Amino acid sequence: MSAVAVDGVWKYYGDYPALRDIHLEAAPGACLALIGRNGAGKTTLLRTVAGFSRPGRGDIRIFGKAPRETAARRMTGFIGHGISVYDELSALENLTLYGKLYGLENPRRAALEWLERTGLERVANGLVREFSRGMRQRLAVARAFLHEPALLLLDEPFTALDDRAIAVLQRLLREALQDGKTIVMSTHQLREALELSTHVALLVRGKVAFEGRCTPEMVADPGYVYARYGEGG
Amino acid sequence: MKSAERAPAPKGAAAFQILTIALKDLRSELRTKEAINASLAFALVILLMFSFAFDPEADTTREISGGLLWIVFAFAGTLILNRSFAREVPNDCLDGLIAAPVPGWVLFLGKAVANFALVMAVELVALPIFGIFYNVRWAQQFGELLGVLALATWGMTVIGTIFSALTVNIRLREVMLPMLTYPILVPALIGAMRLTAVLVMGKPIGGDDAAWLRLLVGFDAIYTAASLVLVETVLVG
Repeated sequence: MSAVAVDGVWKYYGDYPALRDIHLEAAPGACLALIGRNGAGKTTLLRTVAGFSRPGRGDIRIFGKAPRETAARRMTGFIGHGISVYDELSALENLTLYGKLYGLENPRRAALEWLERTGLERVANGLVREFSRGMRQRLAVARAFLHEPALLLLDEPFTALDDRAIAVLQRLLREALQDGKTIVMSTHQLREALELSTHVALLVRGKVAFEGRCTPEMVADPGYVYARYGEGG
Repeated sequence: MKSAERAPAPKGAAAFQILTIALKDLRSELRTKEAINASLAFALVILLMFSFAFDPEADTTREISGGLLWIVFAFAGTLILNRSFAREVPNDCLDGLIAAPVPGWVLFLGKAVANFALVMAVELVALPIFGIFYNVRWAQQFGELLGVLALATWGMTVIGTIFSALTVNIRLREVMLPMLTYPILVPALIGAMRLTAVLVMGKPIGGDDAAWLRLLVGFDAIYTAASLVLVETVLVG
């Protein structure tokens, strides 16, 4: 069973098709990098897979379940453009809140563990509105990993991260892959993403222009996929 | 961490999730006091201003006091309800809630419970002030009055919460919410006005007035059920 199966998905904004007949699969344990220019449909695809909106046509399955099924959401961790944590709550309160919503048996303990793993244990009781941008991003990472999801959907996870946050995220993603978790991430930071990826999909104007294994040529030259399969290729 | 500690919560966790969301909203509001301060200030200022316009000794003032009170509560309540889903906009917090394994109806009820508590708090602070300014015996049948307040406030909260979700991504949501909710609230507000007027005049609810009570119960039941069914579509499409 695929971790993620996208079958003939179309998504419209008004009359405009943002996604056109997308077919993609990610096997359990794979790391799929979604690349493409701005407006190619990466964020729309990830948000549709995450269940934030329904596709106009086609079908999406997460470990065989529809994205809006509770079981599918329990298995999924999402990092979007926003950090999805509350400024007026502390880091610990935010993670404990999500721990409770995800049904963890000991939400506070899980929250403390992930604050430590992301290097935020010393500011556990600090309000998020007082955090630097890098700290906020690390907290968003902790929130997404908190319930140890089998599938991570990451929308441009390296954007706006400082060096330390990039290192933390790359370490956590490597550990997740070693644990057999599946990662689907959209990114413009090709070098960081391709170092981790097992597969690559290039989106051009809402269509999959290329999908395949990540090769040494791609890692050596991050512009390779664009040059060979993109519109300029 | 042991795998057992990551195990999903047992069934019946919906009530716990509703409480978690409600407490989160209440904690956020009590820390920022964005809505409750504005709502309280509005209610008290309007009650004070109207008290100068009407003679508190006149019987007609007592007769219209129920209407006056509910106009204040409806406007003051909207200030709180406007913030309900708007609170989730910064940092895309709504994405975090929608992504969590929380059914839409649980999310809705959590928010509605928090809104209900906040609106009721404003009403219960404003009520004694109203009693003083308008010389009405609001405490004489307090149990019945509290019941009417709770029924009408729940109706107002349910409508306000679902439309707050609907208008969350609209730039002029502060304007749109009252425009959408007040027409729907009219039957409940009329019922609440009639019943409140009867109770503050020291009369029992009976005869024709009992029909307004039944209307409030029916209104709450219908709009709560409709909101629970529609909220997933409102949030996800």
